[in-house]
Amino acid sequence: MARLEVTIGGLQLRNPVMTASGTFGYGTEYTDFMDLNRLGGMIVKGTTLEPRQGNDYPRMAETPSGMLNAVGLQNKGVDYFVEHLYPVIKEYDTHIIVNVSGSTVEDYVACTEKLAGLEKIPAIELNISCPNVKEGGMAFGTTCASAARVTHAVRQVYPGTLIVKLSPNVTDIAEIARSVEAEGADAVSLVNTFLGMAIDVERRKPKLSTVTGGLSGPCIKPIAVRMVWQVYHAVGIPVIGMGGICNWQDAIEFILAGATAIQVGTCNFVDPAVTVKIVRGIREYMERHGIASVSELVGGMELF
Amino acid sequence: MILMKQLDFTVHSNDRLNDQNHLLKVAPLNNMRLPEMHPGQFVQVRVDNAPHTFLRRPISINYADTQKNEIWLLVQAVGEGTRKICEMAVGAKLNLIFPLGNAFTIPSAPGNFLLVGGGVGTAPLLFLGNKLHEKGFACDFLLGGASEKNILQRPDFEQYGTLYCTTEDGSLGEKGYVTHHSLLQRKRYDFIFTCGPKPMMVAIARYAHEKGVGCEVSLENLMACGFGACLCCVEKTTRGNVCACTEGPIFNINELTWLD
Ligand SMILES: Cc1cc2nc3c(=O)[nH]c(=O)nc-3n(C[C@H](O)[C@H](O)[C@H](O)COP(=O)(O)OP(=O)(O)OC[C@H]3O[C@@H](n4cnc5c(N)ncnc54)[C@H](O)[C@@H]3O)c2cc1C
Ligand SMILES: Cc1cc2nc3c(=O)[nH]c(=O)nc-3n(C[C@H](O)[C@H](O)[C@H](O)COP(=O)(O)O)c2cc1C
Ligand code: FES
Repeated sequence: MARLEVTIGGLQLRNPVMTASGTFGYGTEYTDFMDLNRLGGMIVKGTTLEPRQGNDYPRMAETPSGMLNAVGLQNKGVDYFVEHLYPVIKEYDTHIIVNVSGSTVEDYVACTEKLAGLEKIPAIELNISCPNVKEGGMAFGTTCASAARVTHAVRQVYPGTLIVKLSPNVTDIAEIARSVEAEGADAVSLVNTFLGMAIDVERRKPKLSTVTGGLSGPCIKPIAVRMVWQVYHAVGIPVIGMGGICNWQDAIEFILAGATAIQVGTCNFVDPAVTVKIVRGIREYMERHGIASVSELVGGMELF
Repeated sequence: MILMKQLDFTVHSNDRLNDQNHLLKVAPLNNMRLPEMHPGQFVQVRVDNAPHTFLRRPISINYADTQKNEIWLLVQAVGEGTRKICEMAVGAKLNLIFPLGNAFTIPSAPGNFLLVGGGVGTAPLLFLGNKLHEKGFACDFLLGGASEKNILQRPDFEQYGTLYCTTEDGSLGEKGYVTHHSLLQRKRYDFIFTCGPKPMMVAIARYAHEKGVGCEVSLENLMACGFGACLCCVEKTTRGNVCACTEGPIFNINELTWLD
């Protein structure tokens, strides 16, 4: 029997398949299509200290094998989450991880403090990589100093498992990963979306209200795999890989590159039950190749 | 609450209505009974073998045939995704997520109801007309298009109410846009439902507002998921930004900021 369990910081995941923040709502949007309890974990929508209305419409533009989004962290704020959403989702039997976003170090810290006491939130994912907000967000993830600063501050107040989500919009992602590891991050997740844009040539106007937005989907997968591989070789903490994963082959590819667990984002929109199929596919792959534990595959790419 | 489903369908028929529009009648592959559906709701169609079409395409429920267990989809080919759907052969398989979105508000008492559609925006109005007719409510349809060949499903609409048309070239009904049809000056309505190009819906909304008549519009915001997960499809309303896919696509004009 193939063992799919993996460990990320203090979390024992029943399998390495999680859902990516901002693509899975609060899980409740998917309960008609699949059993959430079959997931290794679920990262809920980016949550900020104060409620945010997000950016103006249009917020989405389809691009070849992917999409640009400029949602801009629309959410009702951490207090609303704690009061209204947490009581509903805490009943699910999967690891629920909150994606914490902000514009200042103080915001990140204050938001984290409000989540730290929740029994069924065993981990947070620090989003220092959102390209869709005017200040902060991605800016924290683009220099080692600021990434370290926010990680350090949050680490002081957060005893749970701390995952830091990295931006791919940097020259050397491995260096950023090392700087957050040094400040006590338990794991890194990558990648967030790539900064991109698209123009409506008939109207000569940008397709997004914000001009630029974040690119996701299968089109980013080869770059994301490369970054996971680089970060895997740079740090000692677990790497959570994502970027365009649509099937079990994609998932295995990330694991072989060095990911201990993976997240599925944009592909949930096309097939809302895809994560369950990926779990099944990983198990069948392991049985076919006689692999006892999925951890044996992590970083298992062989060089020639 | 109705559960959303992801199901494989098979194409029972695909009729070409004109050079751009096709009517597809599809049924679940496993003969599963279709759930109850409401006018204004839509499906998300997965488009296979289309390299530039990654996301699903939202298409209104044109009609739900409970006897034959079929959903009708009226599709206008505007790009690769809709063209592929129009090209589907009888017997081909297509994967749908449905039923999605809220629905038009079915009035509780009879009255004078007007259903205004432009282009392929007439699609959800057939199902709405059918439901009003089932309740014994009379309604008028006012449909507009570029030319006679663009006014689709006329015999179907005539089953459920009185049909008025406008065409830009005058080949059918009054010449011009639906918003200029003489009916709007002649008759007083109790409620108006509209779906079509945004400028048309804005003009109808303005007319309804001026006359003090209630009005619901069906939005076609760009969608990535269609079921409330991505927050891409938002419309600005009096309640703030809300998802057009779950809290819409049908909105009362009083909730929108169009006329501000
Ligand atoms: C709730 C809802 C119900 C709809 N019902 C129907 C229907 O019953 N029949 C039908 O034919 N179409 C309907 N549409 C519109 C249809 O979804 C789009 O025409 C389709 O997504 C275009 O895809 P494409 O790949 O063919 O074109 P693309 O190559 O993606 O785009 C071609 C052109 O169509 C425009 N377009 C793309 N998406 C949309 C959209 N969502 N709304 C309006 N314009 C768009 C683009 O701006 C572009 O100019 C509906 C849309 C929504 C949101
Ligand atoms: C519509 C949308 C909203 C997103 N919102 C968030 C968010 O709130 N926080 C975050 O860290 N990442 C967010 N992301 C990024 C995803 O979590 C993921 O990192 C990225 O999309 C790459 O994975 P994918 O190609 O599988 O989608 C969002 C992505 C999309 C498409
Ligand atoms: S289309 Fe995704 S939330 Fe409406």
